[in-house]
Amino acid sequence: MEFLSAIIAGISLGSIYALIALGYTMVYGIAKMLNFAHGDVIMVGAFMMFIALTKMGLHPILCIIFGTVICTILGVVIEKLAYKPLRKATSLAVLITAIGVSYFLQNSAQLIFGAGSKTFTSLFGSGNISLFDGQIIISHNTIVTICVSVIIMIGLTLFINKTKTGRAMLAVSEDKGAAQLMGINVNKTISITFAIGSALAAIAGALLCSSYPILSPTTGAMPGIKAFTAAVLGGIGSIPGAMIGGILLGVIENISKVYISTQLSDAIVFGILIIILLVKPTGILGKKMNEKV
Amino acid sequence: MKNFKKVLAVVMALALIVTCFAACGKKDTSNDKKDAVLKIGFTGPLTGDNAQYGLAVQYGAQLAIDEINAAGGVNGMKLELLYQDDMADPAAAVTGYSKLIDDGMKVSLGGVTSGACTAFLGEAADDNMFMLTPSATAVEAIQGAYAFRVCFSDPAQGTVSADYIKDNGVAEKVAVIYDSSDAYSSGIYKNFIAEAKVKGLDVVAEESYTKNTKTDFSAQLQSVKNSGADLLFLPIYYNEASLILAQAKTAGLNVKVFGCDGLDGLVSMENFDKTLAENVMLLTPFSTSATDDLTVNFVKNFKAKYSETYLNQFGADAYDAIYILKAAIEKANVTADMDASAICEALKKAMVEITFTGVTGTDITWGADGEPVKKPIAVKIVNGEYVVM
Amino acid sequence: MFKQKKSIAKATKNNFITYGILAVMFAGSLIWLESGAMPRQFTKLLVPLCTYSIAAVSLNLVVGVLGDLSLGHAGFMCIGAYSSAVFTNIFADVITNDLLRFFIALLVGGIFAAVFGFLICIPVLRLKGDYLAIVTLAFGEIIKNIFNIVYLGIDKSGLKIAINSSKYTEIMSADGKTIINGAMGITGTSRDSTFIIAFVILFITVAVSLNLINSRTGRAVMAVRDDRIAAQTIGINIPKYKLLVFTIASFFAGLAGVLYAHNLNSFSAGAFDYNASILILVYVVLGGIGNIRGSFIAAIILYALPEILRSVGEYRMLFYAILLIVMMIVNNNDTIIDMRKKLVAKLKKNKHKTTANEGGDI
Repeated sequence: MEFLSAIIAGISLGSIYALIALGYTMVYGIAKMLNFAHGDVIMVGAFMMFIALTKMGLHPILCIIFGTVICTILGVVIEKLAYKPLRKATSLAVLITAIGVSYFLQNSAQLIFGAGSKTFTSLFGSGNISLFDGQIIISHNTIVTICVSVIIMIGLTLFINKTKTGRAMLAVSEDKGAAQLMGINVNKTISITFAIGSALAAIAGALLCSSYPILSPTTGAMPGIKAFTAAVLGGIGSIPGAMIGGILLGVIENISKVYISTQLSDAIVFGILIIILLVKPTGILGKKMNEKV
Repeated sequence: MKNFKKVLAVVMALALIVTCFAACGKKDTSNDKKDAVLKIGFTGPLTGDNAQYGLAVQYGAQLAIDEINAAGGVNGMKLELLYQDDMADPAAAVTGYSKLIDDGMKVSLGGVTSGACTAFLGEAADDNMFMLTPSATAVEAIQGAYAFRVCFSDPAQGTVSADYIKDNGVAEKVAVIYDSSDAYSSGIYKNFIAEAKVKGLDVVAEESYTKNTKTDFSAQLQSVKNSGADLLFLPIYYNEASLILAQAKTAGLNVKVFGCDGLDGLVSMENFDKTLAENVMLLTPFSTSATDDLTVNFVKNFKAKYSETYLNQFGADAYDAIYILKAAIEKANVTADMDASAICEALKKAMVEITFTGVTGTDITWGADGEPVKKPIAVKIVNGEYVVM
Repeated sequence: MFKQKKSIAKATKNNFITYGILAVMFAGSLIWLESGAMPRQFTKLLVPLCTYSIAAVSLNLVVGVLGDLSLGHAGFMCIGAYSSAVFTNIFADVITNDLLRFFIALLVGGIFAAVFGFLICIPVLRLKGDYLAIVTLAFGEIIKNIFNIVYLGIDKSGLKIAINSSKYTEIMSADGKTIINGAMGITGTSRDSTFIIAFVILFITVAVSLNLINSRTGRAVMAVRDDRIAAQTIGINIPKYKLLVFTIASFFAGLAGVLYAHNLNSFSAGAFDYNASILILVYVVLGGIGNIRGSFIAAIILYALPEILRSVGEYRMLFYAILLIVMMIVNNNDTIIDMRKKLVAKLKKNKHKTTANEGGDI
């Protein structure tokens, strides 16, 4: 019973990592860059929803839409201003710019919203489901998080494989130059990718802060790095991989805390991560790249 | 390489412009400088993860200084508060402290966080700079005859908490959740456990988290639940405590909660569901709902000027620190023409002689080791207000 | 044949420029420092600037020369810092000559970091790109996590170590001296780092790095970076070279850690988290991947920038972020680079013209 509840708590945390990792991995797959500012877009989204909820008194659904729209715009603007000028530069240069953007968002948020932490009110109600006489407790947030993550994963997969825009993204991710020759507007495709990635970040922000109700300018930093880890663990660029990587990371984290040691939890989680990557050097679902001679 | 020269030129140009602006700004304000000024400075995290604590200190100290200056200053001197951001990083604290010296600081309020404050202790020793830290709790932070503090030390808090729990029969079986990556939290934890052993208090679960894992506490709460503890001791800051309390409710964990001064600020968190904190007990030197004139005034004036989120013991300690300095300056008859070292010698002697009553305690005295002698107040949160137990 | 000679000559010239810049910077700082006119804030910046320059140059060996992305470089600094500070604290009363003790501390820190670098590199060799980045990040975080919970002290019966404070208080006698105090880190290490020592180490780091790059080994390593398979085909022993470079880089990162630890009255493992590693990476990338000179110049600019920006108060880190983005774009955007090149060409042309005219006049 304890094992089961530890697994459920792990899945609950992991599905949030997964949701953030989806945005990471999608941007990576298409734009070939690690968007270290992704976590901070989550924070901005959560702040927008917080303001919509507490200051404007909007309905939770409207709050989520409001936050998502703002984040989508923000994502596109960031891409245009900070990343687009570096389209031809090395991916490391873009990575560093993303770190700059991350600092920028965190510090702007502190100047605008103040440094103090705020308590977030859950957008999905605060009820629980209790099973086996209260031995296992699942909160509504957990259920919503898992459902939303699965829906988004399926939706994204369908979108990328079935729609024209999605296939354009695939083409860009395979070969930018060839895609351009085929008449695909590469810049537009990358902008759309950032728009979707940022919208996902906003939704992840809503779920993160509903499950773990605290909000400060640095809220996004730690989940961001965890999601990056998850995305790599699952095989970066792979959408189901991000999902599996996220949930696996959450479960490992929680199981090691329950059964081994909370003092050493970081060391254990990262240790297991290293072992997995040594066994599968390109992540769980990552493609093994054949080198051409 | 050419890139670099360009970038360097741009950076230097920008820096120059910025410094010019800053310099201009400073000149404007100091035009009507007639009174002698005593500059008091501190470094603290004003940006980044711990900014809320640094800003609370800044606001608290500024409030006291404004009040003192409005009432005519001390010994014919006006006070001026200088501050530098250290992001709770030891290296940045050393340069921040040095910048304060460059700017003419003569008395230091030390650092806000223990690590940063301890980092420039050596510099302060070389300068023979008087230091009164409002909020650095580590034992190491005030080593040296020139260093004092307003708050309780880690050992004091850990030991006193264990004693209070045992002596007042609050609980028999205790569980602890602490932050193993934080000096404040693990410092109190260490001393709490040691004292609990001496006192025969049964510690049934010792759980921790780190900076990387401070979102989900279900594993820790589960083992607290399994251990059958009747009290959960939280030597942590209120941010994580708010999460732990929310998750404890979800997990159906029903135990008493006891904390230290880090929990102060819990009920003033924006949008916090105060029912979660119902019956939480904490040992704190400061309570916003105290009814003495000093506290009532401080709370009223603070709220009028700054956001309520920063109204916690960090702000209160800093507010008191300035008034303690005022008392010591008056006692030692410090004047503006003395240099920092002479001021330090004078204040050092005065500190052990004064008795101070402020918002964080009554009749506080100091030993030569720099530790304050004052009684902590145990309070309980009832209907979102502190009630003295 | 001729071409190769020319390129070697060019490399030598380039190296001399690098050493020249270092010498000028050193002399300038020393004169400024000794004249007493340097603001106190900057005097305290000198050692950290050298420290992070060393860290950046050594990381550039991994990122630029080896072509591997490492996000755990601060972890090696952490090992160097802790091992050397423990050494200094234990032998504080035994070896009373500060200079000698610090010299040994440097060796201790460097060697410990190098050994860990070597051990960590063995499994990491299999990985590439972002996967390698994550594994190095993971190692960095593991090192930090362990140092955060370690208690180490010395009493009459020897060294006592525990990863739990309640166990530590049990085994440790009351009159012993605690060296590593959990998350509080190490306090009271003798502050032996001086600008001159720090600079000498920076100079050595740069010299070793440049010699490595221009040596047979360096060319082999860069061949691996540029085309692994081609390099393998001509019989380059890839693991050997990777291990060598990674170990050297870790050694110097360890030295940087020693300087860091002996510059502050107290430090803790929290200062060596992934953010610190990323910051060092920022220096390397801004300075130009593979460009040793760029690394230390970028480290100096970017480390000093927040200090210079102290005058803007609360907007400090916001300005820093904006400047970082602008610098990255200015340095890496094709259009801007073209514009700059054209501008430089134009200036040169004008110069030629004027000299030509002058010549004509005579």
